[in-house]
Amino acid sequence: MEIVCPAGTPAALRAAVKAGAHTIYCGFADETNARNFPGLNFDRAEMREGVAFAHAHGAKVLVAINTFPRAGSEHIWHSAVADAGAAQADAVILADAGLLDYAARHHPDLRRHLSVQAAAANADVINFYAKSFGIKRVVLPRVLSVAEIAEINAETDIETEVFVFGGLCVMAEGRCSLSSYATGKSPNMNGVCSPASHVEYVDTNGKLEARLGGYAIHRVGQGEPAPYPTLCKGCFSAGDKTGYLFEDPVSLNAEQLIPQLAKAGVTALKIEGRQRSRSYVAQVVRNFRAAVDALEAGRAMPQGMMARLSEGQAETTGAYKKTWR
Amino acid sequence: MSQAALCIPILPPAISRAVQVLPLLPLSLSLTAYSRRVAKNHPSLFRRLGDYGHARFILDPTDLPFVIYLEPNGGAPRVTVRRRSVTADGEARIAGPLAALLGLVHGAYDGDALFFSRDLVVEGDTAAALALRNAVDDAELDLAEEIGGMSGPLAKPLHRLIGFIEGRTGVFLSRPEEVAPW
Repeated sequence: MEIVCPAGTPAALRAAVKAGAHTIYCGFADETNARNFPGLNFDRAEMREGVAFAHAHGAKVLVAINTFPRAGSEHIWHSAVADAGAAQADAVILADAGLLDYAARHHPDLRRHLSVQAAAANADVINFYAKSFGIKRVVLPRVLSVAEIAEINAETDIETEVFVFGGLCVMAEGRCSLSSYATGKSPNMNGVCSPASHVEYVDTNGKLEARLGGYAIHRVGQGEPAPYPTLCKGCFSAGDKTGYLFEDPVSLNAEQLIPQLAKAGVTALKIEGRQRSRSYVAQVVRNFRAAVDALEAGRAMPQGMMARLSEGQAETTGAYKKTWR
Repeated sequence: MSQAALCIPILPPAISRAVQVLPLLPLSLSLTAYSRRVAKNHPSLFRRLGDYGHARFILDPTDLPFVIYLEPNGGAPRVTVRRRSVTADGEARIAGPLAALLGLVHGAYDGDALFFSRDLVVEGDTAAALALRNAVDDAELDLAEEIGGMSGPLAKPLHRLIGFIEGRTGVFLSRPEEVAPW
């Protein structure tokens, strides 16, 4: 199975390649990708150099252009597709049907993957994207069980890629308005969920409070993990009840499900975290590469040790086992 | 499922007391000269700071008696060291044990993991702090190597001394060696 790893910077890309990544995904430093954070991402020259480095080491690079073009500004997204092709990227990851159409018509030789942001969660829609825009791979939303993934793979020839580690979204992928509501910035249009410019941490009498757009979304005591700054993982009080309204602040870790995902016909395993450091990338990639190699050699899955790197420092197998409350 | 946090070394109080007598003006001037050397060798670091290239960052090693003010100043950085009791404004404050800050600079630790485990505190403009963290992470800095480059014939013994201190304290004073490629 192919391991698809995140890189927010050229240094992280090199770290991923050296740690054993088969494929790296990254984006340009603008609103065309869904991790448009300060200090992150690649300018055009860095992308060309990054692709060349990966290719020289036998790895591939996918360029995420997975936000939705703004009306009147489509040329920004069109340029990104053209520049990814010019950088010799192995594929582009797209979500918007219009952009997929543009890429298919103007850059037919550039391989197209369907982003998780497109929220394609059944074989019919995947086959529609394949027939209409020639996609070769779909990144499945994090709302499917292993059995449902197997059903999809039975009914399509398109490669499937699934998330196995990192942050979770509770909403249907690409359809979240929580961050927009609190900050005016959209994850799908501006590439920022909970933009850092609107995040504030305030320590008051030993209690650490996370605020987004001025709204308090969680408060923890001393010794508790710092709260995650997204509304979906906020902890709210109403009346005499306090709890996580949308989801617990846990991170996906499907490492032990890799054999089942392989049996379900999954082609590639995706690691979330372009906003994380090269240290994170190297550790997680090395761990998953060991797991995949163990699977292929018929050995037992190594026991994971990545909880410390998880958001909220706690893990879940997410929808794969359908144990949500 | 959760796991114990990283064990970040904390400087013994005796060291903290000992460095209290350091004269801050020469220390500030030395660190400014040093940071300008780093700037010369890593220009992309300042490009990555983007809108925050003229911000003022407060780096607060909580186990030392002073606080470091870093102004990237568009690539001609200025470093000012002040007693903890002397306060000044800054866009963002990043606080934690010196070992955590140095480990971050050298890419030995993951910033988010340190933050979630409360080993690191970020206050003020989160976007500014994030830009600095990402820019530094990409620069693949090795502060020991930079010092060595300024030390002429003393570089080799200094390198050995730094290695000795790292081995004894667990503090990352240089970029950890990458394990063999896969």
